[in-house]
Amino acid sequence: MAGWCRSLVKGVRSVGVRHFSDVRTVTLIPGDGIGPEISAAVQKIFSTAQVPINWEEVDVTPVKGPDGKFGIPPAAIDSVNRNGIGLKGPLMTPVGKGHRSLNLAIRKEFNLYANVRPCRSVEGYETLYRDVDVVTIRENTEGEYSGIEHEIVDGVVQSIKLITEQASRRVAEYAFQYARNNGRSKVTAVHKANIMRMSDGLFLRCCRDAAERNPDIRFEEKYLDTVCLNMVQDPSQYDVLVMPNLYGDILSDLCAGLVGGLGLTPSGNIGEGGAVFESVHGTAPDIAGEDKANPTALLLSAVMMLRYMDLQSHATVIEQACFDTIREGNYRTGDLGGKAKCSEFTDEICKKIEESNS
Amino acid sequence: QPFPVARYGGRYTVTILPGDGIGPEMMGYVQDIFRYAGVPVDFEEIQITKDSTEEEFDNAVICIKRNGVALKGSIESKYGGVEGGSRNALLRTQLDLFANVLHCRSYPAVRSRYSDIDIVIIRENTEGEYSMMEHEGVKGVIESLKIITRHGSERVARYAFEYAVKHGRKKVTAVHKANIMKLSDGLFLETCRNVAKEYPEIEFTDMIVDNTCMQLVSHPQQFDVMVMPNLYGNVVSNLVCGLVGGPGLLSGRNYGEHFAVFEPGTRNTGTTVAGRNIANPVAMLNASCDMLEHLELNTHAELIRNAIEKTVNIDLIHTADLGGQATSLDVLELHLPSLKCLGV
Ligand SMILES: Nc1ncnc2c1ncn2[C@@H]1O[C@H](COP(=O)(O)OP(=O)(O)OP(=O)(O)O)[C@@H](O)[C@H]1O
Ligand SMILES: Nc1ncnc2c1ncn2[C@@H]1O[C@H](COP(=O)(O)OP(=O)(O)OP(=O)(O)O)[C@@H](O)[C@H]1O
Ligand SMILES: [Mg+2]
Ligand SMILES: [Mg+2]
Repeated sequence: MAGWCRSLVKGVRSVGVRHFSDVRTVTLIPGDGIGPEISAAVQKIFSTAQVPINWEEVDVTPVKGPDGKFGIPPAAIDSVNRNGIGLKGPLMTPVGKGHRSLNLAIRKEFNLYANVRPCRSVEGYETLYRDVDVVTIRENTEGEYSGIEHEIVDGVVQSIKLITEQASRRVAEYAFQYARNNGRSKVTAVHKANIMRMSDGLFLRCCRDAAERNPDIRFEEKYLDTVCLNMVQDPSQYDVLVMPNLYGDILSDLCAGLVGGLGLTPSGNIGEGGAVFESVHGTAPDIAGEDKANPTALLLSAVMMLRYMDLQSHATVIEQACFDTIREGNYRTGDLGGKAKCSEFTDEICKKIEESNS
Repeated sequence: QPFPVARYGGRYTVTILPGDGIGPEMMGYVQDIFRYAGVPVDFEEIQITKDSTEEEFDNAVICIKRNGVALKGSIESKYGGVEGGSRNALLRTQLDLFANVLHCRSYPAVRSRYSDIDIVIIRENTEGEYSMMEHEGVKGVIESLKIITRHGSERVARYAFEYAVKHGRKKVTAVHKANIMKLSDGLFLETCRNVAKEYPEIEFTDMIVDNTCMQLVSHPQQFDVMVMPNLYGNVVSNLVCGLVGGPGLLSGRNYGEHFAVFEPGTRNTGTTVAGRNIANPVAMLNASCDMLEHLELNTHAELIRNAIEKTVNIDLIHTADLGGQATSLDVLELHLPSLKCLGV
C-alpha cells in the first residue's frame, strides 16, 4: 500500500506541472547578495495570497564535477527538471577565467530558448517616459552568443553568429502565442536583414511564417536601428517585439531604461520542458543583508510565473497590491527614493492582499 | 590637406547620389539652396537606386573617387525586394570610409526629453557585423561572420582620440560586448585601451552595449565622445538621434584615408514620407554644410547653418517629425532670404 502510494507520488512529480492535486511545486533559487531577502519577501507575499504552490529551495553554488570543472549541482538540476518551473534571484558571476556565467549555464542546461521581458511604466515611479508598455522576446540560445570565435591571423578575429531555422521558428511561434495569451495585439520582428541577408533573413522568414499561422495577431517587420530611433521617441507604437539574441539583449535593456532600470522589470525564460523566471538586476552586494532591497523585480517575475501556470487571479491580486503600494508612495524602498525597508514594503503588499481577500 | 578634392577655376565638383525614398527630394533642396546662395560647387549627379545595375554602381564609386567628395541619400536595400547586399554598406567598404562621425546635439527649440545632449558618436564603418560574409553550411543553419581586426579597430580608435583632442573633448567611451564576444570585441576593446594610453589627457572608459543603451535613455549627459564597432554604432546613433529629435535633423560624416561622404545621420530612406512635401530637409541640409566645411567653404557653410538655426530654433518652422505642421517647402522658404547676400 505504502509502496503504491510512493510510486503514485513519484509518477505525479515526473509529469511536471500537471499535478492531480492543486498544489504545485516550484523550484526556488534564492541567489546571492540581496537574493535571499527578496526571495523571502516573495515567499511571504505568496503565502499571504494563498497561492497554491510549494517552494523547493535549492542551492546553485557551483560544485566541482567529475571532469574537474565547476557546474550547477545535480540536485538543483534535478529539481528544475522535476518541477518544470523555477524562480531565481540574482546570481553572482565569479570574476576570473574559466568560469562561465551561471545564468548562462542555467539557460543552456534547461534549453530556455525565449527570454521574455515586459517593460511597463510604473505609476508612482515617474521617468521621462510615461506610456511604456512593451514586451521584448529574445531568442536565447544562439545568434551572436554562439561563443564560436577564432583569430584567423594575428590581429584578425572572426566571430560566428549562428541562426538556425529551428530556433527561429520556435521563438517566432512563441511570440505569437505569448501575444494571444496575454491579450496583446501586435508582434514586431526586429532584424537587420538589409545587411545580414541570410541569417537575419532566415529569422525574418520564420517570423513571417509564424505570422501566417497566427492571423489574429497583427505583424510588422522593423529594422533594429529604426526600432531604437522610434522607441526613444514614442514607445507606445510598439507592443510585443521578437528578435535574435543580441538585438534582444540591447533592446530589453533599452526598454528597461525607459521605465527606470532593472529594479522593476520582470523576466521569464521559457524552455521546451519548463520555464525559469528571474529578476535581472544584480546582487547589490553594497546593500545585501540590510533589509533595504526592492523585491519588485523578483515579485513581478513571480507574477509572470503565475500567469504562465495559469493562476491568473492570484497573479492579478499580487500585481495590483504591488503597484498600489508603489503608487501610494508611503512604503517605497531606497532605490525608488523612499525610506522603507524591504520588510515594510513587503508587509504593506501583504496587508493590501489581505484586504482584497476579505 | 589629406583629402583630394576636384577643384577647377575656383569651383568644386562633388558627386551626389540622391538614392531612394526622400533622397531625390532632399537633394533637390540642397541644389536649390546652393544655387541661391551662389555656392561654388558643381554637382555630378549619379542616380543609384535599388534597381541600378552593377555597372552603374561601379561608375558611382569611380565618380566619387575622382571627385573625392560625395553627398548621399540612402539607397533602398530591403530584404526580399533587392538582389545582393546593401549598396550603402558596399559603397562604404569600397571607398574604405572607416569612420562614421555623428555629432548629436540638442536643438533648443525641438521638443525632446533631454535638452542638454552633446555626444559625438564615432563608429567603425567597414567591418564587424557588416562583413556580409554568410553561408548556409547545413540546410537551415546559417553562419554569419563578424570580423574585427586590430588595424580596423586601431584606426577608428585613433580617429576618436584625435577628434577628442582637436575639439576639446574630455572623455572617450568605448562601447562593446567583450564579456560575451571575448575575442572579437575583446580585440576592439584592448586596441582602444592601448590607443588611450597615448592620450593621457583624455579620460577613457568602456561600457557594455546593453548597459550603454540603458544609460543613454536615462542619463545621456554622462557621455562625451563614444567609439564602437559597426553594429553597435548603428544602434547607438539611431537611439541618440531619436533622443535629440528624430531622423530629420542630424547629419553624419563618413571619412576614409582618401574620400569623404556626407549624408543624413540615421541613413533612412523615409519611403513613407517621400513625395509628399512633408519630410524634414534639415538633416540633408546639415549634411551639405558638413560637406562645405570639408571643402573649406566655411562662409557658405556658416550662412546656411545660421539659416537652419534661425528657421528651427527662432521661427519654429517644424515639420511633422518634430511635432509641427510645416511642409518641407515652408522650411526652405524661410532660409532663402537670408542667403541672398551671397547670391548671384
Ligand atoms: N532590487 C534592488 N533593490 C534596491 N537596490 C538595488 C536592487 N538591485 C540593485 N540595486 C542597486 O543598484 C546598484 C547596482 O546593483 P548591482 O547589483 O547591479 O551591482 P553590481 O555591483 O553590478 O552587482 P553584480 O556584480 O552582482 O551584478 C547598487 O547600488 C544596488 O544597491
Ligand atoms: N527627413 C525625414 N523627415 C521626416 N521623417 C523622416 C525623415 N527620414 C525618415 N523619416 C521617418 O522616420 C522613420 C524611419 O525611417 P524609414 O522608414 O526610412 O526607416 P528605414 O529603416 O530606412 O525603413 P525603410 O527603408 O523601409 O523606409 C519613418 O517613419 C520615416 O517616415
Ligand atoms: Mg543584458
Ligand atoms: Mg533604412
